[in-house]
Amino acid sequence: MDIEKIRNDFPMLKTKMQGHDLIYLDNGATTLKPKAVADAIYEYLTCYSGNAHRGDYDLSHTVDTAFENAREDVRRFINAKRVEEIVFTAGATDSLNMVAYGYGLTHLHEGDEIILNVAEHASNTLPWFDVAKKTGAKIVYAPLTDGCVTLEGIKSVTTDKTKIISVAIVSNVMGYVAPVKEIIKFAHEHDIIVVCDGAQSVPHHITDVIADDIDFLAFSGHKMCGPTGIGVLYGKYHLLDETSPTRYGGGSNARYKSNLEVDMKKPPYKFESGTPNIEGAIGLGAAIRYLEGIGMKDIMEREAKLRAYAIEKLKALDNITIYNENGTGAIAFNINNVFAQDGASLFNANGVAVRAGEHCAKLLDEYLGVRTTLRASFYFYNTEEEIDAFVEVCKKGDDFLDAFFG
Amino acid sequence: MRSLDNPLILREIIMDHYQNPRNHGIVDEEGYKKVNMNSETCIDNIDVEVKMNNDIIEDIRFDGEACAISTASTSIMTELVKGKSVEEAKAIHQQYMNMIFEKDYDEDLLEEAIAFKNTHKQANRIKCATIGWNALEELISSKEGE
Repeated sequence: MDIEKIRNDFPMLKTKMQGHDLIYLDNGATTLKPKAVADAIYEYLTCYSGNAHRGDYDLSHTVDTAFENAREDVRRFINAKRVEEIVFTAGATDSLNMVAYGYGLTHLHEGDEIILNVAEHASNTLPWFDVAKKTGAKIVYAPLTDGCVTLEGIKSVTTDKTKIISVAIVSNVMGYVAPVKEIIKFAHEHDIIVVCDGAQSVPHHITDVIADDIDFLAFSGHKMCGPTGIGVLYGKYHLLDETSPTRYGGGSNARYKSNLEVDMKKPPYKFESGTPNIEGAIGLGAAIRYLEGIGMKDIMEREAKLRAYAIEKLKALDNITIYNENGTGAIAFNINNVFAQDGASLFNANGVAVRAGEHCAKLLDEYLGVRTTLRASFYFYNTEEEIDAFVEVCKKGDDFLDAFFG
Repeated sequence: MRSLDNPLILREIIMDHYQNPRNHGIVDEEGYKKVNMNSETCIDNIDVEVKMNNDIIEDIRFDGEACAISTASTSIMTELVKGKSVEEAKAIHQQYMNMIFEKDYDEDLLEEAIAFKNTHKQANRIKCATIGWNALEELISSKEGE
């Protein structure tokens, strides 16, 4: 992997923050964009701008082709069987809501159980809370082992009432990889549907929905070098067929009559009412081709190396508490005796972007025993030198108010 | 250099109020009116309560989990307005907000609160430096409506 060449692809890496070269370690929130993605969007906006699925003239046909090619890019990237299993959404949150309301609400009955865990993101918790309230279903939490979802934990709370397990493949705070393949195999033996939140896994790992036998998968474009406002809901075709659209409008129906009869199109189109986010889909397609050009295997290896390097450096300091030494994703940590927000400010003053907070996993404090942490999350374009600079800031923890007086 | 311009002194003021916050700890007694302040963008979560005696802020207290900036700014705020009338408190509040948002302000009214005069240089801390003051505004303006 030619890091220098890669870094040249990202215009943001040449910018500054508080007078320092930007060190961007908040990739769990969103990633920076390569020029190829910006160019693809710019090309759509300037060279073939038009609506999709209205193909009465050449221009519209060009748009259709680009839009559907992006769908094929997604299919190939996650190894789905059929391109019709790829639904474009506004992002992982939108996708998870579509499963909860389109599938959960129509399939759950009073007394049914949904298995979650306390490390889940709000997007994979709150839609289920609401669906549980509306259907009379019950939310059950699988216990974590050392912060990680395990098959044993899932098994221990599974009953004959369990209908859905919804789980992040990689936790956005803890960064642990859930054993989804094993969980899904077990779930399917018990006629349980498994919804996977791939927001933190798809950008960083090789995703194979066939090998893992995933029922539903949600992820966002902007966390994998794509634009904001575009995401994906993957569902096995027969499950998408059983899922109700949560929004209705133009483009999703074949015909309807005044007596309320509506004949919906087949998936994925029945979920895509209204003019889609065309530049978003095209941008996501370009992002996927960019990632494929580098190679997901190399990306995984590089990020593992960066993370191990950062952990080793942080462990050598005596003023840092790390909450998830093992794992693949974000590092959750605190500078001892410095409130997370003050810590983030100190990093900001030194040009380092890290996040402070609960990271939208507000039940996790019940597990960690600490409400707020700092989170450093890497992507393949980060370097050892950036991590060194980050660690130097960690050492200044006692002077966190310096940031305030700049 | 005036001591008011010496960052070391301003810094000491903030550290002192962060480590030994004044009027700290909520009392659940009759006569107190309480608001909770928290937001998604800032992770601070604090409660502020006041006890009024007619027009006078007889007592004001706070508690919560918060960063140095919000803890210290709230602590200083409670010292400044305790024993003051609503009108006086509003005037101090106005001067503080003027300072935070880089308008002209009356240093004399703000006393130790001038430690926060550089907040605008770290725009992400404005929320921290105003969270307790916003609670004060909410408490005394809702008081008037009663």
